Amino acid sequence: MDFNFFIGLIAATFRVATPLIYGTLGELFCERAGILNLGIEGTMFIGSFVGFAVADATGSLWLGVLAAVVSGMLGGLIMSLFAVRLGVNQHVSGLGTTLLLTGLSLFLFRVVYGIQRIQPAIKPFQALSPFDDLPVLGPIFQQYALTYIAILLIPLAWWVLYRTNFGLSIRSVGENPEAADAAGINVYRVRTIALMIGGGLMAVGGAFLSIGQLGSFTFGIISGRGWVCIALIIFANWLPSRVLWGALLFGLIEALQLRLQTTGLKLPYEAFLALPYIVTIIALAIAGRNATGPAAVLKPYKRE
Amino acid sequence: MFAVEMRGIVKRFGDLVANDHINFELKQGEVHALLGENGAGKTTLMRILYGLYHADEGSIFVNGQQVSITSPKDAIALGIGMVSQHFTLVPPLTVAENVVLGYNPGIRLNPQQIQRRVAEAAERFGIEVKSDALVRHLSVGERQRVEILKALYRNARVLIMDEPTAVLVPQEVDILFETLLRLQREGLSVVFISHKLNEVMTICDRITVLRNGKNVGTVFKQDVSQSKLAQMMVGRETFGVTRQGERIQGEPVLRIENVSAVDNKGLPALKSVSLEVASGEILGIAGVSGNGQSELTHVLSGTMKPTSGKILVDGQDITGADPATITCAGVGRIPEDRHGGVVGELTVAENMTLETLDEYTQNGMLDRKRMLEYTNTLIEEFQIKARPTDRARTLSGGNMQKLILARTLARQPKVVLAAQPTRGLDVGATEYVRKKLLEQRERGAAVLLISEDLDEIMALSDRIAVIYEGKIVGILDAHEATPEKLGLLMTGAREVVSHA
Repeated sequence: MDFNFFIGLIAATFRVATPLIYGTLGELFCERAGILNLGIEGTMFIGSFVGFAVADATGSLWLGVLAAVVSGMLGGLIMSLFAVRLGVNQHVSGLGTTLLLTGLSLFLFRVVYGIQRIQPAIKPFQALSPFDDLPVLGPIFQQYALTYIAILLIPLAWWVLYRTNFGLSIRSVGENPEAADAAGINVYRVRTIALMIGGGLMAVGGAFLSIGQLGSFTFGIISGRGWVCIALIIFANWLPSRVLWGALLFGLIEALQLRLQTTGLKLPYEAFLALPYIVTIIALAIAGRNATGPAAVLKPYKRE
Repeated sequence: MFAVEMRGIVKRFGDLVANDHINFELKQGEVHALLGENGAGKTTLMRILYGLYHADEGSIFVNGQQVSITSPKDAIALGIGMVSQHFTLVPPLTVAENVVLGYNPGIRLNPQQIQRRVAEAAERFGIEVKSDALVRHLSVGERQRVEILKALYRNARVLIMDEPTAVLVPQEVDILFETLLRLQREGLSVVFISHKLNEVMTICDRITVLRNGKNVGTVFKQDVSQSKLAQMMVGRETFGVTRQGERIQGEPVLRIENVSAVDNKGLPALKSVSLEVASGEILGIAGVSGNGQSELTHVLSGTMKPTSGKILVDGQDITGADPATITCAGVGRIPEDRHGGVVGELTVAENMTLETLDEYTQNGMLDRKRMLEYTNTLIEEFQIKARPTDRARTLSGGNMQKLILARTLARQPKVVLAAQPTRGLDVGATEYVRKKLLEQRERGAAVLLISEDLDEIMALSDRIAVIYEGKIVGILDAHEATPEKLGLLMTGAREVVSHA
């Protein structure tokens, strides 16, 4: 283990954390508005598929990202139809949304690509290297544009939530929708928009995996990252700034376990794979003890 | 021209007609009371005016213009503000954020700017609040002032106050009335929803009485007496239930010695509370909501463990024991939240025998026949309007409370622990519950009555203990207690050591 090992580890940490930052920020907007969006796993999945398919068809990776955002916003709209307009139980509507979007993505993938022996692939995003000349530390900054955007989105999310009137509306409908309603705020509209913003962000997280890192779309591409985001939001105590630390912690352990697998330690590789999840559970147990989420989460709002 | 005129308002909830062709007129610059029992339709009518409900029939005029109000946003635009009984504030936000919520122009939210604006508005309207404080740190009275400020900040010319005094101590009521009268002089019209006659007579110019969803009449204050109003309200003469006769000096049955406890956040909620309740007396615990009453109830019921101290019933130590043991020791509980005291999905008979199921079990099977018989006897004795096989959740609040009373009192407990026993009940049911508590006193039970209703405490108690921030700050004999004295204690203004 030399110094380059650590530099590589840090660089990888940010890479692994990127989809988690998008997903968790997306979930943050939903939960701050009072909706637990368990549609996150499916929303990331469809973002991953749509991003890949559109990038493949148009040849433009950025058009792929844009299309993923639109698909995620539609996913948020579906979620809002059930959880907001119809007041369906949020667990049920969220899991339903995930099942629907996952199935839809797989179906459309088959429709578009059929069954091929070779996995369809595109040329993925290239990492930027703004500080290439920087000695030693340079490789840390070799990251995708989407990673830089993810990090910039964190202060932006804070600004929207805490320094705009719309953010105040989001926070109030998530804490006490009756109060927001009595103050003349359209609770349904605010929650719907929050879900759409959230869905768009989640989908970018999914698209990052298919057109950023992998250059292809596989069925196991999300593999539970959406659920990790649900845990990270608790770890972050619903604060934008702490989203970064949660995602980086998970990213670090994930990056570490990949490297540990190659060191020849005599352990079944499943033990390494489980490591990030075990650490997440422990971190949650410690940080989540006093976590209190927005008061109105899980409660459908209905006048009368 | 009226500030607000409502004509022929009808509102139905399923089979229930909450508002039955109600006409209501509010003059410019008057304080107008809407008086009536719980469920008379006062709040419903005003929620229609504020756009929270939609009337099935009828029309609304504001300043002579017919208007359509479909949401609070419309009402606010028409200069109507409402302070609900359950405050519509967002506790984790600041006062300023709550006030400007949904009413701040532009995109950006500048904390300093809105704090300054709200502070200016507070000064202009003479309402004392700190604009940068978090609402969750405010007292109930302060929260109410935030609500009033919120309405005025939105340029309300009509202010609806729904039971504003229910949560206040007497001194805060005085401040509220001063504020309202000053705002009235500045041209504000106020609708004052209440069921308290003395308050209505103090502050209002005109009074509209509702009964069973109908308008019984609108009168000028100077033309009526309190008893006339009471008669209009309930449709019959009322008889207040009060304690009769002097306390028989009994032996102490319930002894609480230096009990301390922490709340679910780990903060101290009870600080070395010591009380004695003797057989044949009612000890009332007065206090503003949230000063340790809930924790005291939980500790005595066995649903929360005290951190120190001792609780004795007839010499038997029940400190930290589980609820079943405490029940067996002779403590009967009337819980704070009656919906938490019954299991809604179970039948009346099952709920009635819930605490004593062992007695109805034979070879591991429930003896349904005996359960039904027992329940039928109690239904008759306690005049419960329900069948033994009805699900408990279908019962009205009054009948649900009677079920709990029957279950608890039929076992003739040595100690009766009654927490907020009449909260949310109508006059008839309230009278019934109070009568039953006095019967327990006659029978020789030691009754601990925890209530936020001062009138109730004063009407029933032999001695009154005041709890403030988890401490007993004074114990007064009933005859030396006045609302003013109790009010001072309840706000922590001073401590009184009495000889009682």
